Amino acid sequence: METQIILNKRHFDLTLQRLCRQLIENHNDFSNTVLIGLQPRGVRVVDRLKEMLESILGKQVQCGTLDITFYRDDFRRRETPPIPSVTNIDFTIENKKVILIDDVLYTGRTIRSGLDALLAFGRPEKVELLTFIDRRFKRHLPIQADYIGKAVDTLISERVSVEWEEIEGEDKVLLYTPNENG
Amino acid sequence: MKMDNLSVEHLIGIEHLTPRDIEIIFKTADSFKEVINRPIKKVPSLRDITIANLFFENSTRTRLSFELAEKRLSADVVNFSASSSSVSKGESLIDTVNNILSMKVDMVVMRHPSPGAAKFLSERINARVINAGDGTHEHPTQALLDTYSIRERLGSVEGKKVVIVGDIIHSRVALSNIYALQKQGAEVMVCGPTTLIPKYIHKLGVRVENNLRKALEWCDVANMLRIQLERQDIQFFPSLREYSMLYGLDKKLLDSLSKEIIVMHPGPINRGVEITSDVADSKQSIILNQVENGVAIRMAIIYLLASKIDRQ
Repeated sequence: METQIILNKRHFDLTLQRLCRQLIENHNDFSNTVLIGLQPRGVRVVDRLKEMLESILGKQVQCGTLDITFYRDDFRRRETPPIPSVTNIDFTIENKKVILIDDVLYTGRTIRSGLDALLAFGRPEKVELLTFIDRRFKRHLPIQADYIGKAVDTLISERVSVEWEEIEGEDKVLLYTPNENG
Repeated sequence: MKMDNLSVEHLIGIEHLTPRDIEIIFKTADSFKEVINRPIKKVPSLRDITIANLFFENSTRTRLSFELAEKRLSADVVNFSASSSSVSKGESLIDTVNNILSMKVDMVVMRHPSPGAAKFLSERINARVINAGDGTHEHPTQALLDTYSIRERLGSVEGKKVVIVGDIIHSRVALSNIYALQKQGAEVMVCGPTTLIPKYIHKLGVRVENNLRKALEWCDVANMLRIQLERQDIQFFPSLREYSMLYGLDKKLLDSLSKEIIVMHPGPINRGVEITSDVADSKQSIILNQVENGVAIRMAIIYLLASKIDRQ
């Protein structure tokens, strides 16, 4: 297994900073906008963006977490049922602008499920998609992100992992490539 | 993230479940409980599954609860009740069920007056079977929702003292509850007149008490069962009035206890017999929580068993 760093600690931080600025450009003071992170790993992106946005704006930004387990399209194609995580959206999204957030955008199936799951909470005015890493040209569905941290070109056999200081010890994004001889 | 699935292929009784199975069901039910409190209470998980509800015996709560659980998982549902079917024309259980299965049903929820009916069925048909009560044997979903409600109110079931009061001998709820409570580490006592307590119940490792006040002083939770007059072919006690004097729970008795206990009832309540109205409606009663949790628990069981159905 070969490991390559796509984003190091410095670029990781710069990327998040840039995403914050882009969000503020489109959503001003976030008075009618909420951030919703997809469980489990999108929630980490939300946590970090919330912290940064709140320190820039000097006010609270509404955030929620959304679990998509029951909306997956691969239920019963798996060996064991996926374990559900917590959904926590304690506000209405009716007529709000929702920014759906995940760490890696790959086939687009998770986002498809996320959109379905989201609509159970009301009818938002607009939904945008933010992904920290975009594995381009790998989509199974016609889904594209509005905000992209970094776009990378990968092979199907490769794996992208977003690591966080609070969990894995350091902020970085890694690309794992299996060796040709396995 | 993944977790292991249930160790069983059908839900016949709590007897066959492991403590880990119960944990998985509760964990999944937690998520469904959140789902059924959303503005839109439906998820698409079981879009391609058809479930038959076969009720060979009367039921209101269980049947509605199952049907709601199935619909909130987006399954297709067919309903059948014995009173309005060909069973009254003499068709056997297997024939009835096979006919329904020919209509491509993936799962069967069955209530039947004969103990063992669910097991019998599960060995003979190619569909998942959920026992919604088989005679006086087991009622597993009820016991799961009862213990889930205890866990919700008290934080856990382990180490808690639970007394089951009343018609133990005719009660499938009692047997399933004893298994479920013991598998989760609770202490169980049964309380009632000797005639309504099975002779060999001590073999299940439960305490027996004939005095209601003593039983209530001992416990953290009292599960008050209904007197099942429809199953009593002989007189087990002199009169309902005498039963309710000795084994009925009223507010006076509840308030006179040295600690605050939780009162449960599987329904339907005979108000004024096993508990009085002011007890049933008091804040110590979690009867309506039980009903709400019933839907979440049944969604969890159906969801977990459905994940075991082969697509081909």
